[in-house]
Amino acid sequence: MTTPLVPSRLTPADMMRASLIGLRTRRLRSFLSGLGIVIGIAAMVGVLGLSESSKSDLLAQLDQLGTNMLRIEAGSGIGIGSGELPKESTSMVSRIGPVEQVASISQTSASVYRTDLVPEGQTGGITVKAVDTSLLATLQGRMQSGVFLDVAASDLPVVVLGSVAADRLGVTDGAAGAIIWLGEEWFSVVGIMETLDLSPDLDRAALVSYPAAETYLDHDGVPSTIYARTEPEDIDVVRSVLPATVNPENPDEVEVTRPSDALEAREAADQAFTNLLLGLGAVALLVGGVGIANVMVISVLERRGEIGLRRALGATRRHIAIQFLGESLLLATVGGIGGVALGAAVTALYAWSRGWGILIPTIAIVGGMVAAVAIGVVAGLYPAMRAARVSPTDALRTL
Amino acid sequence: MNQASSGSTDAIRPTGHGSSVLSLSGVSKTYQGTPPVHAITEIDLDIKAGELVAIVGPSGSGKSTLLHVVGTLDRATEGTVAVAGYDVDQLNDQELSSLRARHIGFVFQQFFLLAGQTALDNVADGLLYTGVALGERRMLAEVTLSQVGLAHRMDHEATKLSGGERQRVAIARALIGSPDIILADEPTGNVDSKSGEAIVRLIEDLNARGTTIVVITHDREIAARFPRRVSLLDGRIVEDTLTGEPKAVQ
Repeated sequence: MTTPLVPSRLTPADMMRASLIGLRTRRLRSFLSGLGIVIGIAAMVGVLGLSESSKSDLLAQLDQLGTNMLRIEAGSGIGIGSGELPKESTSMVSRIGPVEQVASISQTSASVYRTDLVPEGQTGGITVKAVDTSLLATLQGRMQSGVFLDVAASDLPVVVLGSVAADRLGVTDGAAGAIIWLGEEWFSVVGIMETLDLSPDLDRAALVSYPAAETYLDHDGVPSTIYARTEPEDIDVVRSVLPATVNPENPDEVEVTRPSDALEAREAADQAFTNLLLGLGAVALLVGGVGIANVMVISVLERRGEIGLRRALGATRRHIAIQFLGESLLLATVGGIGGVALGAAVTALYAWSRGWGILIPTIAIVGGMVAAVAIGVVAGLYPAMRAARVSPTDALRTL
Repeated sequence: MNQASSGSTDAIRPTGHGSSVLSLSGVSKTYQGTPPVHAITEIDLDIKAGELVAIVGPSGSGKSTLLHVVGTLDRATEGTVAVAGYDVDQLNDQELSSLRARHIGFVFQQFFLLAGQTALDNVADGLLYTGVALGERRMLAEVTLSQVGLAHRMDHEATKLSGGERQRVAIARALIGSPDIILADEPTGNVDSKSGEAIVRLIEDLNARGTTIVVITHDREIAARFPRRVSLLDGRIVEDTLTGEPKAVQ
């Protein structure tokens, strides 16, 4: 009478140890095959991290500028209209309930030069616009130096320059009292604006108040563009009533846009690019996985003697499979950790260099590790099964 | 009683001195092919606990096939094999692994030591698949390495030792679980004559302390030193010094 056999056992700690031996004794090969995973995961984490960091920067920009601003322009082009808004349209817009702030801009025919000695026509692409004194507040713009136009000085020959215009005219300080030749008059520069993300055309403009434009430039004051800031939740309603409010006779000739849409469109374009790069990262990861599978298959062939010995020592087929699967898994996991670290470092460095907030999404870290582990399992499965199928007698005849 | 059983292997069946450890009855192994190869034919063999047996024969006589069948690494085509009282035919692949883990020790001509591991850990691996904890395995490995005269080489990387020392490590690995039987395949085949002599003396010494050992060798001089010799030729037993009578070669 015999007692039942106690099954062969391999504790998890011993399994880990057995798997580590294979990697430890073939360090260079393990390093190189793990490098494939490192590169693949780093690419994916980096792409996601940079995309998120860039997006966070954009969202911060949008938060600052607000998405509740509408831009009203006269439609232009064949059969669309005159390209002008009715003179009273600014006050009509301001009467719409949810509209909080409104300001208009009118294009003038005047030109601006640094001095009266500059030949006519050399305007440097700078336009002269008549604007409401509420424009800066409506656009939530900031002054680089000096002050914006105000009601008190609205009928004086004073001008505020956009950031690009100031640069081209050689005016560096808005508060220094520089004078420039505008129309046929000398105007004092009272301020320079910072770049306006939502209205980049104003960066290349010299802005005067409506009364000054009327007095010194003989301008009719018909607005060409109106900016309206509304209650955020009512923006769609306001947008729908604006054309008929501005031009009841020909609402079709009024074009209403939301400037923040352009930034969001840029983000959408960035997202498409991100998806493409993610795809490339996935291909790199796949190649890394194939590298691991290749190394593991070679390892099984080289280590037939070891497989035979382990079977002789009492290992079951399952133990052999687990050992080789464990090696593949360890290799991919270490590669995954390295990849996440490298991807995070690259993201942090690049975001820092661009002045963005550093944002590495959890999904990139967790997803990167899950992808690495999954690749490790898939890459190790076939070699592990092959190792398990090796006949112990054949394996022991290897040498 | 084996050493490993003291803590965690209560179910191991003790094999008393003089009881049958290995029993083969009408065992044949045929490899299918054209024509089929009859590696061993109708082998009857009974080895009792405490015996030291040499299975001797020229190359191609079926020694290695017999070792594989006896060691449960391969199955016989015909006949019955019982190891430590277990009928091998009745055991599935997992149970055969369990039988090897606890009841059979192997010593190979090529040593098969794991690179990157010390002699101590290589010996401790003899109990790797028994569930014995690493600390206890290392403790038993220390004792066993001392038994084979390698106490001073415990922390050396096993694959960097001399041939004779490597084979001692391999013997210690087979010995650590105090199996019912140790099967040694050409244990002196890969070492110089001086080391070979030391290995043979070690085997004799271990047997004197109660270990059942079967040595497979082509070297008749070595076989002649062992108390029992079983000669193989063309897959059949042609002489067994225990039974005394030479068998007719068929």
